[in-house]
Amino acid sequence: MKKFIIGVSILTAVLFLGSAAGSESDSFEGNVYDPGKLKPRDSALKVRVGGRAPDFSLPSVRGGRIALSDFLGKKNVVLSFVPAAWTPVCSDQWPGYNVIQDVFEAHDAVLLGITVDNIPSLFAWTSRMGKLWFPVLSDFRPHGAVADRYGVLRSDGTSERALFVIDKKGIIRFIDVHDINKRPKLEDLVRQLDKL
Amino acid sequence: MRKLAIVAFLVFVMVPAGFPQQAKAPPAPGADFPKVVLTAPDTRSERSYLGLSGRGKFDISQIKAPVVILEILSIYCPYCQNEAPNINELYRMIEADANLRGKIVIVGLGAGNSAYEAGAFKKKYSVPFPIIPDPEFAAYGQIGEVRTPHFIGIRKTSEGSPRVFYSKTGAIGDPAEFLAKIKKAAGIKELK
Repeated sequence: MKKFIIGVSILTAVLFLGSAAGSESDSFEGNVYDPGKLKPRDSALKVRVGGRAPDFSLPSVRGGRIALSDFLGKKNVVLSFVPAAWTPVCSDQWPGYNVIQDVFEAHDAVLLGITVDNIPSLFAWTSRMGKLWFPVLSDFRPHGAVADRYGVLRSDGTSERALFVIDKKGIIRFIDVHDINKRPKLEDLVRQLDKL
Repeated sequence: MRKLAIVAFLVFVMVPAGFPQQAKAPPAPGADFPKVVLTAPDTRSERSYLGLSGRGKFDISQIKAPVVILEILSIYCPYCQNEAPNINELYRMIEADANLRGKIVIVGLGAGNSAYEAGAFKKKYSVPFPIIPDPEFAAYGQIGEVRTPHFIGIRKTSEGSPRVFYSKTGAIGDPAEFLAKIKKAAGIKELK
């Protein structure tokens, strides 16, 4: 009886959760792993709008390291944390920023893409995205340390799908810890860039 | 035991019915194209290209041209971005041919894309044909949950109903070869 109820409960949960809605690009040729629908948010922010963005230095897929402080006084910065390589939504979020590269440039802003994956995985994954104009950084070792410092590291070791807009003074002007199952709309970010 | 049977019935019958998990396949060649409600383009020139009289909603059967090439894309899809110059070239080839202009039109459907996103894509890649935003995947879900880009060739029957004659995922390759393939599959010589 008990086993039956547990079985029914599990089956119901599986049927209800399903997978995240959305189209998949043929670029990934069916190689995107679908973890199903996830808890929308699984972390607590450690920074706030109006506060100073914690500095960091991370290795880039293109080689070398990039620090947030490299842009201090020079450029506005958008940090785009995405949960993991080779997963739905993440795999087409960043190529979308290619479409509005001119908007970033018009706002004197750079974009830094960050995941907790290692460099080889990121290299293989981002190679399928075509030519991204912005650096992609690896928050792999110590695992998720930058995501954790911002308060967007999830309990399973991935990060949230989160955007941080940081001005030239290093002050956080906008935070969007998005539902991990959904892609943030471009216009919502553009609206925040317009406010800088 | 009877209660358990009722619970089992509800789980196995009601839940899958309310929450379909199987991705719907797109219509195959020979099948009727579903009546999908789309939003007419904002600009008069794009409505004119499609032969639509005004703003509001429309479906594929209302497009004046007898043949429609529907590109299901996402502005976020790298292949769709890379493919944009080829589709633009395909458009130019059709428009430059007096025998094809007005008889074949290209329509993009931006799966999961807002009006802003579709507009940004059109601007970035100088896309000359309409891209209809489908922000909530409504049309995408009705047509078929395909990988992008996916191309569907649709031709009106003599009764005016849209019928699929081509359906394929992936890049079109050489635009001239693709156009020849479309012309052949659509029986373009019979077009009036």
